Amino acid sequence: MHIFTAFLTGLIFGVGLIISGMTNPSKIIGFLDIAGVWDPSLLLVMVGAITVSYFAYRKASALARPLLGDEMQLPKSREVNRRLVVGSLIFGAGWGLAGYCPGPALASIATGAHEPIIFVIAMIAGMAIYELMELFFNWK
Amino acid sequence: MIDWANFTPWASLAGGLLIGLATSIFVLLNGKIAGVSGILGSLIRPVKKDILWRLAFLSGLVLAPLAYGLFAVLPAARIEANSQLLIVAGLLVGLGTRYASGCTSGHGICGLARLSPRSLVAVIAFMSTGFVVVYIMRHLIN
Repeated sequence: MHIFTAFLTGLIFGVGLIISGMTNPSKIIGFLDIAGVWDPSLLLVMVGAITVSYFAYRKASALARPLLGDEMQLPKSREVNRRLVVGSLIFGAGWGLAGYCPGPALASIATGAHEPIIFVIAMIAGMAIYELMELFFNWK
Repeated sequence: MIDWANFTPWASLAGGLLIGLATSIFVLLNGKIAGVSGILGSLIRPVKKDILWRLAFLSGLVLAPLAYGLFAVLPAARIEANSQLLIVAGLLVGLGTRYASGCTSGHGICGLARLSPRSLVAVIAFMSTGFVVVYIMRHLIN
């Protein structure tokens, strides 16, 4: 059952991304172009998603365990460190270059367009580079 | 100046609410954070008991345009980047999100909804370089 709800989560998440316009890279670039003609749509996506999620996480923190699982697996780290900042700066640069972040890119690879496929293959390669750095160079 | 021609407040708000519904289902039923980069990236060196649910989540995400297509015509996507740029961007996004333990979903939505100071720092950082890169691409190069 928890496998099915994971599938359902991905499906609803993806449909939400499509409806909100976030699978269109030119809308992302339009949001990031604050010096040009600015498209604030992404802000409203965040407002909608965060408002609903806020109540869910509040409810979740009061639960001893999730309805279909043994334990709540919420991040415990509270440390603002170099990894977090440098990693996010790198991510933002890539995000601005193409207008894709991981969710919308994955929700676009079955549309028939070749660009998201190229992006996703490169993104997985980037993730693999991270794993190698962590594994062999004890990258922290 | 607001781009009124492309601004889609209601559709974006509605899509956002749906994304919120998805993250809510995932935390209340499965007890997990809907962070796309972590769910995908952790499959590279997988923990056996986590493989199936990760694949299930990703399958749902990938199949979303097909499900959407059953009811309506998919909205057009305009991609300005050429192949070389897509590759560089993909590498940076893959590396950066894993190093930072999260992307727009994990930090931008789930993290901010949990009022995590870490995620707020991440969002400010990735939006900053996003703004700078788009400024360079749109206003300095072109």
